[in-house]
Amino acid sequence: MPESERNPLIERMAGEGISRRAFMKYCATLASLMALPAGAGRAMAEALTRAARPSVIWLSFQECTGCTEAITRSHSPTLESLILETISLDYHHTLQAASGEAAEHAREEAMKQHFGKYLVVVDGSVPMKDGGVYSTIAGISNHDMLMDTVKGAAAVIAVGTCATYGGLPKARPNPTGAVAISDLVRDKPIVNIPGCPPIPVVMTGVIAHYLTFGRLPELDRLLRPRAFYGETIHDRCYRRPFYDQGKFAKTFDDAGARRGWCLFELGCKGPVTYNACASVKWNDATSWPVESGHGCIGCSEPDFWDAGGFYRALSLPADPLKGMAAAAAAGVVVGAVVSVANRARKAEVRAGHETATLADLDK
Amino acid sequence: MNELEFLTWVRGPGMNIAVSIFVLGVLWRLFEIYSLGRKADLAPGRERAGASGWHTIGRRMLPPPGMVKRSPVSYIGGYVFHIGLFLIVFFFAPHIKLVEDIVGLSWPALPSPVIDAVTMITLAAMVAVLIDRINHPVKRFLSGFEDWFTWTVTFLPVLTGYLAVKHLGLPYTTLLSLHILSVEILLIVLPFTKLFHAFTTFGSRWYTGKIHGHRGVPV
Repeated sequence: MPESERNPLIERMAGEGISRRAFMKYCATLASLMALPAGAGRAMAEALTRAARPSVIWLSFQECTGCTEAITRSHSPTLESLILETISLDYHHTLQAASGEAAEHAREEAMKQHFGKYLVVVDGSVPMKDGGVYSTIAGISNHDMLMDTVKGAAAVIAVGTCATYGGLPKARPNPTGAVAISDLVRDKPIVNIPGCPPIPVVMTGVIAHYLTFGRLPELDRLLRPRAFYGETIHDRCYRRPFYDQGKFAKTFDDAGARRGWCLFELGCKGPVTYNACASVKWNDATSWPVESGHGCIGCSEPDFWDAGGFYRALSLPADPLKGMAAAAAAGVVVGAVVSVANRARKAEVRAGHETATLADLDK
Repeated sequence: MNELEFLTWVRGPGMNIAVSIFVLGVLWRLFEIYSLGRKADLAPGRERAGASGWHTIGRRMLPPPGMVKRSPVSYIGGYVFHIGLFLIVFFFAPHIKLVEDIVGLSWPALPSPVIDAVTMITLAAMVAVLIDRINHPVKRFLSGFEDWFTWTVTFLPVLTGYLAVKHLGLPYTTLLSLHILSVEILLIVLPFTKLFHAFTTFGSRWYTGKIHGHRGVPV
């Protein structure tokens, strides 16, 4: 049997000791997470084990590799990583063995062979300042590589907050002129999977959806899959009842914090952050930031890095107010000036006053 | 500008601008008003003025005889929404947190369900006084742009605050931003409109009472 027609996922699963039952369960979970109709799990399982799978080119630009780490190494071996590795991942800096010319050749080869059909996954933002010199691969600027690669792409998946919104490289003062993928790619279907890093299952969910139905899942205004980004962390938080009762932890280790009270006053950004952490959790559903006692920092939201202190409650000013003394002084000065003007006018009126006489009344 | 950027702006630069203008405006107006001065009254007082000023502050909180019956919506609605606003602004826990953050003072809050109820009643009372103002020919005749405008800028923070707390209609991020923005608008216009009565009302009542006492009509 030629290499391309074998069923690598089934073989890999068998090799890793993952049963068919576990795989079916996983697909059913994926389908239910994405609120797909009953039966979609089976369809997904079939699609995922089908031999022909699209080529995937993974581009890494201004990023920290945290997204790849999260997806491939969160819990080894995960079904997520197996799915990722067994799709035809033809180009990925971190995961591919080839380097230099050979690596770039692999990308060009994949583009040529699968033109119009391959998926492009991007993590990292693209620097636009000074001709994009701040990040290059094989002497090619990120911008040029992106635009060249997406030409033949069926769809683009932006992974992580850097690729989706610019992320940390775009944080003020944005020294490299970093932009998001969706700022550059306008004519291809794009799905944004924000998070720093994003949740692995969200990523595989989107890929599984694409493989099963041949199209991207339903997206919201910010191009995020609705199924995973439809609700805030706060909406799904297990500490939410305490918020509703007005019970808040005041410090990270007081009695309230130990009882699991709401972390709102400690700066939790859960109420304004759309992500699935509260329902899907992390590291094989072991825990997630709020469960470990730290508020949400809003890492899957645009420009979260510049959204005020992580430890300042949402209802407080983002940063301490400045210039109050100057405002007060200015108020007193303006008041004094107006007061002088008023007195001058009063004096003027008094000086111009003419006493009325009986004769005036006859006029 | 996305939702979080909008919220960050109203929590950051927007809040700074609004509070600065508020502080500047309040000091300016107070200084302006109290420095106007009055000519010294050379006539001896008809009676000892006593505490007439303070009495007037209290007395004017009560409706003149018969007026509640003649204009029940203005009086009852007026009391209700003023007391309601006071409770909401100063006794809702997040508001106290905000004051504590800015000036370092804090005091006990009222339970959220109580504030919820007060908010509903306040909103209803404000709508009632507005309808009364529209329906009553004399009140309508006496009303100008500033009256409608000040009603609106007072009403919006209460409405958006309630919606934000209850997560109604729009995403919480947007509602919280709109609430903060509406309060910022209120802060900016307060010193320069009729709303400045929040600062001057007691001073002017005291002055009126004091003058009346001096002229022989103490209360």
